[in-house]
Amino acid sequence: MNLHEYQAKEILGRFGIPIPKGEAVQSADEAEKAAGRLGGEKFVVKAQIHAGGRGKAGGVLLVEGLQGVREGAQKILGRRLQTPQTGPDGQPVDQVLIQVQTEIAKEFYAAVLLDRSREKPCLIFSASGGMEIEEVARKSPEAILKKVFSPFSPLTAAEAETFLSGTPLDARDKKRLSGILAALTKVFLETDASLVEVNPLAKTPGGEFLAVDAKIRLDDNGLVRHPELSKLYDSRQEDPRETEARKFDLSYVGLGGNIGCLVNGAGLAMATMDLIKLAGGEPANFLDVGGGASQEKVAAAFKIILADPKVKAILVNIFGGIMRCDVIAEGILAAVKEADLKVPLIVRLAGTQAEEGRALLKKSGLQITPAESLEEAAEKAVSYVRSH
Amino acid sequence: MSVLINRNTRVLVQGITGSHGSFHTKQMLEYGTKVVGGVTPGKGGERVEGVPVFNSVKEAVRETGAEASVIYVPEKFAADAIREAAASGIQLVVCITEGIPALEMSRIKEELRGTKTRLIGPNCPGIITPEECKIGIMPGAIHKRGPVGVISRSGTLTYEAVWQLTSRGIGQSTCIGIGGDTIVGTTFTDALELFEKDPGTEAILLIGEIGGSAEEEAAGMIEKKISKPVAAFVAGCTAPPGKRMGHAGAIIGGSSERAQDKIRRLEAAGVRVAESPARIGEAVTEVLKKRK
Repeated sequence: MNLHEYQAKEILGRFGIPIPKGEAVQSADEAEKAAGRLGGEKFVVKAQIHAGGRGKAGGVLLVEGLQGVREGAQKILGRRLQTPQTGPDGQPVDQVLIQVQTEIAKEFYAAVLLDRSREKPCLIFSASGGMEIEEVARKSPEAILKKVFSPFSPLTAAEAETFLSGTPLDARDKKRLSGILAALTKVFLETDASLVEVNPLAKTPGGEFLAVDAKIRLDDNGLVRHPELSKLYDSRQEDPRETEARKFDLSYVGLGGNIGCLVNGAGLAMATMDLIKLAGGEPANFLDVGGGASQEKVAAAFKIILADPKVKAILVNIFGGIMRCDVIAEGILAAVKEADLKVPLIVRLAGTQAEEGRALLKKSGLQITPAESLEEAAEKAVSYVRSH
Repeated sequence: MSVLINRNTRVLVQGITGSHGSFHTKQMLEYGTKVVGGVTPGKGGERVEGVPVFNSVKEAVRETGAEASVIYVPEKFAADAIREAAASGIQLVVCITEGIPALEMSRIKEELRGTKTRLIGPNCPGIITPEECKIGIMPGAIHKRGPVGVISRSGTLTYEAVWQLTSRGIGQSTCIGIGGDTIVGTTFTDALELFEKDPGTEAILLIGEIGGSAEEEAAGMIEKKISKPVAAFVAGCTAPPGKRMGHAGAIIGGSSERAQDKIRRLEAAGVRVAESPARIGEAVTEVLKKRK
């Protein structure tokens, strides 16, 4: 689960990491009032969306005075912001963070995440912070320090200071930074995060360090242990179809093509999309109805797929395991009737009792094309879409 | 021959009285698996499908001599179920349950290091040695005994692949569903080493997918240590790059996590990668011709 920048900073603040003064608001009026409370003359208005790359996309505005804050908030609130990290439709800006501008002398980069191949949490630090950290990683990997640490306990400030010993920073900076880095490892462990990132971690001309921008992504599997963090979920940042699918315990991702897919199992669903593409078609979605493919779930899945007006045909690919194909076929038939299906349905059943399942589909009299092999199914779906 | 399990493996079911546990206990027994006991705290003394239920893994091991266990308990108890099995000396723990946080898995792996316990999963279909022993939720009937070792991160896609093999008359030595989570007990490289050592395995099929770097690591091991021919399929060539937050993932792995790059890396290691999910059986047929 992704958090907004302001939520991430609030969490960092709770763990003693210095953050710039700021307030998240939902209207231009509130923005102006918030700026009044924060005080000062120079502000930054930041779009709160679940994606990075906001600055270049016009989602971060440097403004002066209360009127500037109002105008800035008006400019970005309510629009959809498209960045290299969002889809083509962008993400809606429902909230902006009003923050006092920080004077920055130098930018650093810090993050904690799971190192998948070492299977442990890992702290990352670079003295080359700012926008282009990926560039730094590619061109001068030696400029990036990494340290894996125990999943049982965060780094101490002393350990973090040792970690920084190879850097050309002066003793005072090392001391201040090590406290922040140690706290970041604590945030990561105590929130069951999958990513905690501060970029830039800024040094002010006065020698203070501040988390000027922050991202936190929480492990969905860890949320049961953190009911207070679950409340930070912002469904407005999600595709409404994905949210609807989740209610039925279905996993859905909209993709933009015209062949709807309904598959049991995530790997097979991805493979089915690959197959449609190989046959020259474009999948409209990824949809995993779960291993069992029960009638109730299949019916809900049809409704979600059909809510996409681009869908011209639906390809159902079910591998019947312990759930037999004849039972699945009956479920599909009932769901087709329930959803009042208007587009052609190509159904490929394989595995246990597949022939019985196909026979049931054939004699139903409904507009269903049974397919035996994976390739046949994909080709039938693609040729139908082409000819209509 | 096979790896990890065979007809003599004595299996415990943790969470045997739950709906999943009891259903799959019946399925496993019908397949011929030696299910010798079950565990549900507070339900000791009961029987499920004729199998005795115990209050703890320790007690069950003492009474039945079980060496493997399979976990069907709800997600909030799953991590501790793994720990209990390991503490009771179980050698092979297969965790079907999904939803264990990645950090918890990081801790479990550290705890298991140096013990004699091997974990498969979590969030996996399990492991099967066809016609001998099935520990998990996969449909037994689609499998057939034979020379191909199967390793997969996926569930139903594995069934699809196995079905393609069986339909062509190609059997499997053992099929291991390693699970799709960020951190898993047994990795691709662990499983590759097991199959390399198994005299009954003549070729290996690897089913991968986008995300992480498990396929790249497997390619590295295949180059160095695997003499048997390997076929593979990687799902997700058409999956769009997800909405990303931050850049750290790409920095640390040094890999793009994309299917195309994984395929290129595997091919560079001499692996025959099926271009379509419908051609997995064909790819395995080809590599079987190359066996020594």
